[in-house]
Amino acid sequence: MTLLSLNIDWILLIEKLALIAIVVFASLGIALYTTFGERKVAAILQDRPGPNRAGPFGLLQPLADGVKMFTKEDIIPSSASKWLFILGPGLAMTASLMTCAVIPWGGTIELFGRTISLQIADINIGILYIFAVVSLGVYGIMIGGWASNNKFSLMAALRGASQAISYELAMGLSLIAVLMLSGSLSLGDIVKQQQAGWWNIVYQPLGFLIFFICALAECNRTPFDLPEAENELNFGYHQEYSSMKLGFYLFAEYINMIMSSAVMASLYFGGYDIPFVNDAELQTHLGNWVALFQVGTLLIKIVFFIFLFMWIRWTIPRFRYDQLMNLGWKSMIPLALVNMLVTGALVLLKMNNWHF
Amino acid sequence: MNITQILFWFLSVLALVSALMVLLSKNPVHSVLWLIVVFFAISGHYILLNAQFLAIVNLIVYAGAIMVLFLFVIMLMNLSADTEPQKNVWMKLAGTIAGGCFLISTCNIVYNAQNVSQEIAGKTALLNQGNIGLIGNLGKVLFKDYVVPFEISSVLFLSAMVGAVVIGKKEKSNV
Repeated sequence: MTLLSLNIDWILLIEKLALIAIVVFASLGIALYTTFGERKVAAILQDRPGPNRAGPFGLLQPLADGVKMFTKEDIIPSSASKWLFILGPGLAMTASLMTCAVIPWGGTIELFGRTISLQIADINIGILYIFAVVSLGVYGIMIGGWASNNKFSLMAALRGASQAISYELAMGLSLIAVLMLSGSLSLGDIVKQQQAGWWNIVYQPLGFLIFFICALAECNRTPFDLPEAENELNFGYHQEYSSMKLGFYLFAEYINMIMSSAVMASLYFGGYDIPFVNDAELQTHLGNWVALFQVGTLLIKIVFFIFLFMWIRWTIPRFRYDQLMNLGWKSMIPLALVNMLVTGALVLLKMNNWHF
Repeated sequence: MNITQILFWFLSVLALVSALMVLLSKNPVHSVLWLIVVFFAISGHYILLNAQFLAIVNLIVYAGAIMVLFLFVIMLMNLSADTEPQKNVWMKLAGTIAGGCFLISTCNIVYNAQNVSQEIAGKTALLNQGNIGLIGNLGKVLFKDYVVPFEISSVLFLSAMVGAVVIGKKEKSNV
């Protein structure tokens, strides 16, 4: 009886659940092929063919990797803290997937008389939500590293956590400049403003550079992959992991890359905005197809950023730990502060019609 | 029962159970993790009260930053129930009395609040009502009505940060 008297908007619930399912599975699928892309890009940069055995052009390689990961023996070390050992990779994966909720993947589509926004939740604190999720991502690494009960894992986990915390600051400061320009914390609004005018990269080149570097550090990508520095720490925080738990950690890194690329595209490169085209006018002619093109545009931007991540990984060697900290605290944060002050001053000047 | 009520009861039970687990866990690392769950539940309550900014800042600052530092310290010290010295009985008694006093005064506040304002009497959530918790309004209040206290507290934070750096430097030069 109580179940029947539930007062819930079922259609909205189903719509959102369907969106979440699509976005999550699409992210997983893209991440799968990002691992393939990484190996291909590495191969091209090192002048070798790369994976080309499984399927045409090696396209089935990710599936083969997945089967391998699943069928390996899953070992939980006897001295490990069992539940936390299992929780660690799960947390890392969850935190990286949670970001997708506030990213605007496209405009709106009309289905069955309902206008459906291709953004799971347009909350007015979207950017802060991303920050909260990013800061939670640290727990996956820390819990995994500690629960392994291994010195090297713990050291790597602590490195990863302190690196993430240090670069979060500069990331936040570079974001504040964007927020001052847009006057909104909602990612949907920020993208809409860029559709109407110039992309934010025009106003914030330095801010974007800082954000990009911090994103590299947050994703533990080279040159900031200190938590996985195998020559110093054997294998890093996932040393004791095997089978799909290890797969989750490696996979979470790729999903993090996709999500941070999506955030960068949304904040600085107009998100789903199709360049040189008036989207609103196109919508009157083409209807729902525009949304599809917009999603495609965003995906192209994301793929470009992912390629950039890989290009950097296979070009630049790793930093030493003190260099990493010096760069973060003594270069990135002051630069971000200067960027913030200059942007603030210019915004004020503009509000005053360019009079002092 | 509508969806806010379901959420309210779920979050309340979650908060209470995990708060108990913070106290009952033998391992300090588990305690910290349960405390993070408590923060999540409380953030959920803030969202039910339409205070999104408070909710997310609670997560960023407490769950995301302070608890990470707690974990750092506990993991590095490698505490466990065996090595920890037992507190004496009087300390425990004093703690119980102090905690009990706080509980009584909190209950009193909640009880009186129902008398003061009919608006919140018997309600579980204020979803989509009242917008003081939204970030725009909060910012306007902070930077218009309370600018001076806000700036003074920020100076306080800055001086605390400088102090921490100075203390850290001194110890380094001695070693």
